[in-house]
Amino acid sequence: MARELYSLTIHELSALLLARTVSAVEALESVISRIEAVDGRVHAYISPTFDFARSQAQAADQRIARGDGGPLTGVPLAIKDILCTEGIRTTCGSRILENFVPPYDATVIGKLKAGGAVFTGKTSMDEFAMGSSNETAYFGAVHNPWDLDRVPGGSSGGSAAAVAADECIAALGTDTGGSIRQPASLCGVVGLKPTYGRVSRFGLIAFASSLDQIGPITKDVEDAAILLSCISGHDSKDSTSIKRHAPDYTRALKKDVNGLRLGIPKEYFIEGLDPQVEKAVREAIDLLKAQGAEIVPVSLPHTEYAVAVYYLIAPAEACSNLARYDGVKYGYRCSQPGNLREMYEQSRSEGFGPEVKRRIMLGTYALSAGYYDAYYKKASQVRTLIRRDFMEAFKTCDLIVTPTAPAPAFKLGEKLSDPLSMYLSDIFTIPTNLAGLPGISLPCGFSEGGLPIGLQIIGNLFAEEQVLHCAYCYEQSTPWHRRKPSLA
Amino acid sequence: MDFEPVIGLEVHAQMLTDTKIFCNCSTQFGGEPNTRTCPVCLGMPGVLPVANRRVVEFVLKTALATGCTIQKYNQFARKNYFYPDLPKGYQISQFELPIATAGYLDLELEGAVKKRIGITRIHMEEDAGKLMHEINGIAGDSSFVDLNRTGVPLMEIVSEPDIRSPREAVEYLKTMRSIVQYLEVCDGNMEQGSFRCDANISLRPKGREKFGTKVELKNMNSFRHVEKAIEFEIERQRDMLEDGIEIMQETRLWDEKREETFSMRSKEEAHDYRYFPDPDLVPLVIDEDWIAAVRAGLPELPRQRRQRFIDEYGIPGYDADVLTVTKQVADYFEAAVKLHNQPKAVSNWIMGDIMRSLADSRDIASFAVTPVHLAGMIALIDKGTISGKIAKKVFEQMAETGKMPESIVHEQGLVQVSDSGELEKAVQAVLDANPQMVEDFRSGKDKVFGFLMGQVMKSTKGKGNPQLLNDILRKQLAG
Ligand SMILES: [Zn+2]
Repeated sequence: MARELYSLTIHELSALLLARTVSAVEALESVISRIEAVDGRVHAYISPTFDFARSQAQAADQRIARGDGGPLTGVPLAIKDILCTEGIRTTCGSRILENFVPPYDATVIGKLKAGGAVFTGKTSMDEFAMGSSNETAYFGAVHNPWDLDRVPGGSSGGSAAAVAADECIAALGTDTGGSIRQPASLCGVVGLKPTYGRVSRFGLIAFASSLDQIGPITKDVEDAAILLSCISGHDSKDSTSIKRHAPDYTRALKKDVNGLRLGIPKEYFIEGLDPQVEKAVREAIDLLKAQGAEIVPVSLPHTEYAVAVYYLIAPAEACSNLARYDGVKYGYRCSQPGNLREMYEQSRSEGFGPEVKRRIMLGTYALSAGYYDAYYKKASQVRTLIRRDFMEAFKTCDLIVTPTAPAPAFKLGEKLSDPLSMYLSDIFTIPTNLAGLPGISLPCGFSEGGLPIGLQIIGNLFAEEQVLHCAYCYEQSTPWHRRKPSLA
Repeated sequence: MDFEPVIGLEVHAQMLTDTKIFCNCSTQFGGEPNTRTCPVCLGMPGVLPVANRRVVEFVLKTALATGCTIQKYNQFARKNYFYPDLPKGYQISQFELPIATAGYLDLELEGAVKKRIGITRIHMEEDAGKLMHEINGIAGDSSFVDLNRTGVPLMEIVSEPDIRSPREAVEYLKTMRSIVQYLEVCDGNMEQGSFRCDANISLRPKGREKFGTKVELKNMNSFRHVEKAIEFEIERQRDMLEDGIEIMQETRLWDEKREETFSMRSKEEAHDYRYFPDPDLVPLVIDEDWIAAVRAGLPELPRQRRQRFIDEYGIPGYDADVLTVTKQVADYFEAAVKLHNQPKAVSNWIMGDIMRSLADSRDIASFAVTPVHLAGMIALIDKGTISGKIAKKVFEQMAETGKMPESIVHEQGLVQVSDSGELEKAVQAVLDANPQMVEDFRSGKDKVFGFLMGQVMKSTKGKGNPQLLNDILRKQLAG
C-alpha cells in the first residue's frame, strides 16, 4: 500500500517533490485532509492557515519547476503559536493576545519562508508556554494522539501532537524547561532543543529570555537535522544569538557510535521514575553500548536544585516579559475601565489565565526588594553550579543519556490542580535549559499501555552534531519511530 | 543652630545619536505622534533590543572627560514599573554595573576658588514616551500616548553629595552642560528637556559628619529654577529643623509659578523597581583599545580652550570665560579671528552686540551675522572705511538681511568721508550758521564744542571721519 503523503518525513517528501513525482499542492492537500479528518479529536491547531499555505505551495511548485528547490521547499510545517508570523494571528495560547496580528515575522519564520516551506497553521500551546500538559491553553486542551484521554505534554503540545498525528510533516516548537522534548517524548516523536544562542529568538514571544530556544519537532532524527540546519545561525536582531558558523547538520548523521563516551548520571535514575521508563531507557543504553559506545557513570550533584532554581528564574523573567500586556497598545483591554489602574488590573486579570498569574506573582516576589538576594540572586548562583556540573561531567564523557520525562503521558486533568506535581514532569529537561545545552528526545519504547517513552541525549555547548549523530545511530537500529498512533 | 546644606545632583542628558538606543528609529525631535517608532521601541511581543554602539561611545566620551573609571564589564538591567508611556512595562537601564564610576568635576567659583565635586556614576538608559491628555487644547475623557521619544538614549550622571549651596549646584550644572556640549553628545537644552536635573537635598548641623534625611527635588527646567528651588528647599528644611520638626524622606516637585516645592510622593509610596539583569542583552565588554580610541578622539574641553584663548589671543580671562561657555560661541570667535586677526575687537563685538541680538535663542550657529560678516565689518573699521558708529548701523542691517558688510556700505553710501577739503567746507558751514556759538567758544566757554561737533556730524550724516572732524573744528575755531 502506498503511504499517504501526510505520513511522510521531510526527507521522504522532499525527495518526491524535488523529483517532481508529487507537487507541493498535492502534498499540502493531503495534509489538509488529514487535519480535517483528525484535528476534531486532537485539537492541535489554534489557527489553521490553509489559504495562505495554498499560495505558498503554488509558489513552491514554481520554484521547484525552476530548479530552485531546497530540502524544505513545498514541505508542510506547523508552527507553534508563540512565533510571530506577519499578517497571521499569533496568540501565544492566551486570551490577552487573542486578536494580535504581528506586523513582522520571527527570524526563523523568515528563514523557513526563504527555504520555501509551507505553513499549515499555528499550533496550540500552554498559555505563554507555561505548562507541561498543554492544558493551560486558552483555546482548549490538546489530546495525545496515542490516547485521546491523555495530555500531549507541553508547552509545545500542539506541535508534538500534530507531528505524531501526521497533521503536518514537521513542526517548530520552543523549549524553556523541556517544552519541546517533554511533549516529543509523550507523543512519540523527535524533539530537539538547540544550544542557547544557536537559533535567533527574534519574534519568539518571550517567556523566560535566558532559557527560551526554538527547535524542531519531527518524525525522525534526519528531519530534525534538516530543520535545524535551516533555522540556526547568527542574527543581528538578537544579541544573544551566537556568532558562530551553523553547519549542515545532516552531515553529522553517521551510523556508528564506536568510541563515543556516554555519561549516565545517577541523579536521573531516582525514586519516582516510572519503572517502565527506566527499563526502556536502560535498554536503549545497552543497545548503544552493544553498538560500540563506552558507558561512563557521571554525577550531576546539583540536579536536585534545578526545579527550584528554574521556578525562580523563569517566573522572574516572565513577570517582566509579560508586563507589556497592559491593555494600552495592543492585545486585550477590559471594557469601560474607570481609570488607568483599573484598566491595568482588569485587562490583566481577565486576559491572563491562572497559571500565568501564578508565575507572574512568583516572579514578582522573587525580584522584590528584600527578597532578591535570597531568591533570584541565589537561584542565579545555583544555576552556575548546575552549569559547572555539566562542564565537569563533559570532561569524562561526550554525551549524557537520560530519560526525557519521569513517566509516560498522564491523563487530562490529572495534574492540573496540583502545580507542584506538574512542575516535576520537567525534572529531567530543566537542567539542560539552565545550562544552555542542546538536548534531543527520541522514542525508545512504549509502555504496556502503548504510550511512547522518550530517551534524552544531552550534548555539550554547540555539540548538536554529536547529539544528532548518536540519536540517529540509535534510531536506525530501532523500530520505535516508525510506529503510528491509531487515533481510535 | 547653624545648618549646612548637603546637595547631590542627578543629570539626565539626552544623547545626540542619530538612532535610538536599542533600535534603528530616528531620535529627531518632534514628528507626528508615533511615527518615529518600530516594533522594538513599541515593545511588541517577541522583539529584542540590540545596543547601539554609538551610545556607548558617547557615554565613554563623557566618562573620560570627567575622570571616571570605565567598567570593563557592563550590564543592562530592567527597571520594572507600569506606566502607559513605557511600552515594555520596564525601562532598560543599568543598575549594579554602570558603565562609569568615580569621576569628578572641578568648579571655578567666585574669587578663583576651586572646588572638586565627585561623580558617583554614569549610566545609560532609554527614555520613555510622552502622555498627552488633550488634543488641540481640548481635554477629553481619554489620554493619548506618543512613543516617538521612547528609546531615545539618555545618560544619567549622578554626583556625590559634595555640593553645599544653590550657587555651587548651578555652577556644577553649567560646567557639566558645557562639557557635554563640547563633546557634542548632548545639546544641553534645559527648556526642551534634553538636559534635565533632579536634586537630593538634606541639611545637617555644621561640623557634623552624618547626613540628614534627604528630599528629592524634581521638575526644574532652567538654571534659575534649579537655584530658586534649592534655595527654597533649604529654607523650608531649615525652618522645620529649627522648629524641631522631623524631615520626611520624600520626592517633591518645584512649582515655578508659585516658586515653592510640594510633595509628590513619600518614601512609603516609592516604587519597588525590581531591578534585575536584562537577559535579552549580552553583557557589554569594553576593552582597553576601545577606551584608548575614544580618549584619542576627545576634543578640547572648555577649560583647556579658555586657557588657550588667553595664551594664544591675549584676551582677558573674563573674555575667555564668556567665549568658551559654549562650543558654538568659541568656534565662532576663532573663525572670525582667523579671518581678521583682531581678537579683542572680535571678542568685544561677540560679548556686546551679538550676545544682545541673540538674547534668549543663544543659537549663534544659525545667526545671520556669520564670522565672515563680523570679520569683514571689523576690517572695514580698521581700514577707516567706516566709523565705529556707522558699524553699529551696518551690524544691525547684517543681522536683519544677512548681506555682506561691504555691500551694505556701498549700497547705502556709508563710506566714511576722510577728504579734509570736503570736511573743512562742512565745518565752515556750521561755523557760519552759528556765529554766537563761535563767539562763546572763543570767550572761553569750552562746553559749546560738543554742540558744534554734533552739528558737524549731523551735517555729514555721520559719515565724516570723527577724528579728522575733531581736528578741523578745533583748528578753525582757534583760527
Ligand atoms: Zn524603534
